[in-house]
Amino acid sequence: MPHVLTRSLDRSATVFLIVVAVAGALIPLSNLLLPEGSLFQVPTYLMALFGKYVCYAILALAIDLIWGYCGILSLGHGAFFALGGYAMGMYLMRQIGSRGVYGNPLLPDFMVFLNYPKLPWYWHGFDMFWFAALMVVLVPGLLAFCFGWLAFRSRVTGVYLSIITQAMTYALLLAFFRNDFGFGGNNGLTDFKDILGFNVQAEGTRAALFVLSCVALIVAFLICRAVVTSKLGKVLIAVRDAESRTRFLGYRVESYKLFVFTLSACMAGVAGALYVPQVGIINPGEFAPGNSIEAVIWVAVGGRGTLIGAALGAVVVNYAKTVFTSGPLAPYWLFMLGALFILVTLLLPRGIVGTFNAWWEPWKAQRMTTAAESAAREDGISEPNPAE
Amino acid sequence: MLARIIRNVRALPFAVLLIVATALPVMAGPFEDAVAKFANDEFSDTEEAVGAIATSSNPLAYRIISALQDGRLMADPDSKKVYVTEPDGKSIDAATGAPVDSVPDSAAAVRLNNRLRRTVEAALGGLTLLSPDPAKRVQAAQSVFKTHDETMLPVIDGALQKETNKAAKLAFTEARAAILLFKEDATDAEKLEAIATIKARGDQEALALLTGLTGDQPPAIARAAANATSAIQGNLALWSMVQNAWYGLSLGSVLLLAAIGLAITFGVMGVINMAHGEMVMIGAYVTFVVQQTIRTSFPGLFDYSLLMAVPLAFIVAGAIGILIERSIIRFLYGRPLETLLATWGLSLVLQQAVRTMFGPTNQEVGNPSWMSGAFEIGQITITYNRLWILCFTLAVFVILLAMLRYTSLGLEMRAVTQNRRMAASMGIATSRVDALTFGLGSGIAGIAGVALSQIDNVSPNLGQSYIIDSFMVVVFGGVGNLWGTLVGAFTLGIANKFLEPVAGAVLGKIAILVLIILFIQKRPRGLFALKGRAVEA
Repeated sequence: MPHVLTRSLDRSATVFLIVVAVAGALIPLSNLLLPEGSLFQVPTYLMALFGKYVCYAILALAIDLIWGYCGILSLGHGAFFALGGYAMGMYLMRQIGSRGVYGNPLLPDFMVFLNYPKLPWYWHGFDMFWFAALMVVLVPGLLAFCFGWLAFRSRVTGVYLSIITQAMTYALLLAFFRNDFGFGGNNGLTDFKDILGFNVQAEGTRAALFVLSCVALIVAFLICRAVVTSKLGKVLIAVRDAESRTRFLGYRVESYKLFVFTLSACMAGVAGALYVPQVGIINPGEFAPGNSIEAVIWVAVGGRGTLIGAALGAVVVNYAKTVFTSGPLAPYWLFMLGALFILVTLLLPRGIVGTFNAWWEPWKAQRMTTAAESAAREDGISEPNPAE
Repeated sequence: MLARIIRNVRALPFAVLLIVATALPVMAGPFEDAVAKFANDEFSDTEEAVGAIATSSNPLAYRIISALQDGRLMADPDSKKVYVTEPDGKSIDAATGAPVDSVPDSAAAVRLNNRLRRTVEAALGGLTLLSPDPAKRVQAAQSVFKTHDETMLPVIDGALQKETNKAAKLAFTEARAAILLFKEDATDAEKLEAIATIKARGDQEALALLTGLTGDQPPAIARAAANATSAIQGNLALWSMVQNAWYGLSLGSVLLLAAIGLAITFGVMGVINMAHGEMVMIGAYVTFVVQQTIRTSFPGLFDYSLLMAVPLAFIVAGAIGILIERSIIRFLYGRPLETLLATWGLSLVLQQAVRTMFGPTNQEVGNPSWMSGAFEIGQITITYNRLWILCFTLAVFVILLAMLRYTSLGLEMRAVTQNRRMAASMGIATSRVDALTFGLGSGIAGIAGVALSQIDNVSPNLGQSYIIDSFMVVVFGGVGNLWGTLVGAFTLGIANKFLEPVAGAVLGKIAILVLIILFIQKRPRGLFALKGRAVEA
């Protein structure tokens, strides 16, 4: 394990982890310890907003893992995110207990309202946190596994796969909008009270959720780094760049793709599960195809195939969205978002981090070679003699 | 309570009549007496008056009863006079038909309750049975068929003998059969004949009539009724299949229209144009603008608005398409996934631009007269706009097919589809072909918008609702040739409409999506895939 860590952590990755860890520690501390109104106190609403961004960053990491490193452009990752969110939402609904409007100890409000005689079978078990937590990973993972197994085995690639994933999230959108599907129809799940016995509205809980999201981001980043720096990661990159050639070299391309697709879906599910208690609602709108495509553009803005860029892109784009959609520029936000899609693909295909690297790396490499050369000269070591 | 006593005791009406007659010495004859009863404004009196007037064969009868139904029958309790206020505001004396200058202020509309309303409807039905207009007679006979009111039998019999119009005669025969079927003292032979007549009619109402028959019938009649019921049910099931197939064809034609342009651009350029739906939307807005211009400047030309909108929409959407290709997509060749993202961004911009220009609400686009209305074949109704759209789609398809086959641009497009590098080596200017193809695909999307504006809401979100469905058509049909798109569109349309009654609209759609995902297991490149080695990139 230690050698995996050292291998997967280069300097920029370490910097990224430190930044996330510091933010994850300082923001909640300043929120809880500093007095209200103090210059450095982060208000609770802002912390919730940052928590949302961190969840989006995990989703972006998941997308970058498959798109940046394996060339799978999923336009349906929002579906995995929402499924994880729904699993968590179901747990939170069951925690309401008899405090709902109708006071039914077993059935959530919307079921009483829709005349459900008893709890549907798939709601059983969600009163236990461990079960819900398992489902958060398992349900998106299982869906991704089945979907990926069908798609990759029949060699559905490229835009075909993108379109099919979009159809998948669209189908789920339609299904979750139905009242008789048992997930609250278009109102979704909301009015949460407790998580693990703590009030979800309380500042302490919010701070804890923020810390948890940051921890999850760190863990997700480490997992992604471990995957992409391993031999497996090299094969993934080979699949991305020349799928047929990799297959002819004897690799089972489908298995590699399936593994990374499922892993990515699980990560998206965790992101959704952390997202729901922080925003306080999950509804079928999260399945909208537009959401999934927007998540892809975060990755494109930050730089695909860089991981750090994905997380950065998610935060930057969403911060811009928050700023612009709340101000007088709101009617123009869609123009900006659309332009962002076009300009990034046209002018900044490597994204922020990728472009930065392209500019930074040669300079660094040159500096390092000159440093090495001068060091070699000083030490008086000559070229090794092949005869030795 | 009073009403029931009056209805049950036969002598009482005469007594009332007498009283009224003595109270109003001007009145003479049963019709005038009946009319005067409205002035009492008692439900029981009104009911009797309606019955008497309906059977009086007075030419004013229809006007009085329909006025009563519409609340236009005014009764003055002081002078006991009754007036009919015509819809045009003029008034007549109900008893004599003489025009009056004004209805006194003390007169109030004769009140009705629910039971009376039924009586009034039945009376009106009986009166219209003798209307000079055959269409009205048929309508009246139909309503008698539904109510099978025994009291109507003499009227029907009388009307049937005089009837010369074929449709009305049939309607009367059916109405008579319905009455006989429920008449207690009808003979078995009459009832059997009635069942046969109703069976021959064979629609939902005939079925309702037969299933409404009580259980205590003689065995022969019960058996005949059961046979007729199952025969009608089978017949109706068949018609509902035909209806579903028609709906499916109609949906399929819409899908084909939306998907065909997409299939061309995807087939030739390997580019998924996510802004394709917005081209459809732009076509619909072109129709809107054309109709607006016609409404304000040349109202007489409204019926030709679509004929003008089609070429305009093609040019506008095609020009925008070429612009997009030259300014954005050209730089993204070889990067299909990025093209997808860029065109998605473009679709957001176009939607928001239209929203800014025209507002987020639905715009009203009218049907020209030749596209509105419907006709019936057997038990199904076919609307003209759906029929025209189907014909239009097929015409577009044939023209496009001919274009691909017989023009040099079509030849070049096919060459580029099959092998881009080889085509370029043979001297085909592939980038020009790309631009023209994109323009053509967008232009056809614009035409699709003209057609869709006739059946769907014209709003900035119009394109969004079709884009995923048209992708499914392309994925299902494959991009080898246009026939794949045709087969794909109609298969999906018909499958959708046949699943809808079974599974519901949403579940049907989900089932289709799942089926497509399973289908591409077998044929990853769709029904009509390109053959050869050039396909795999």
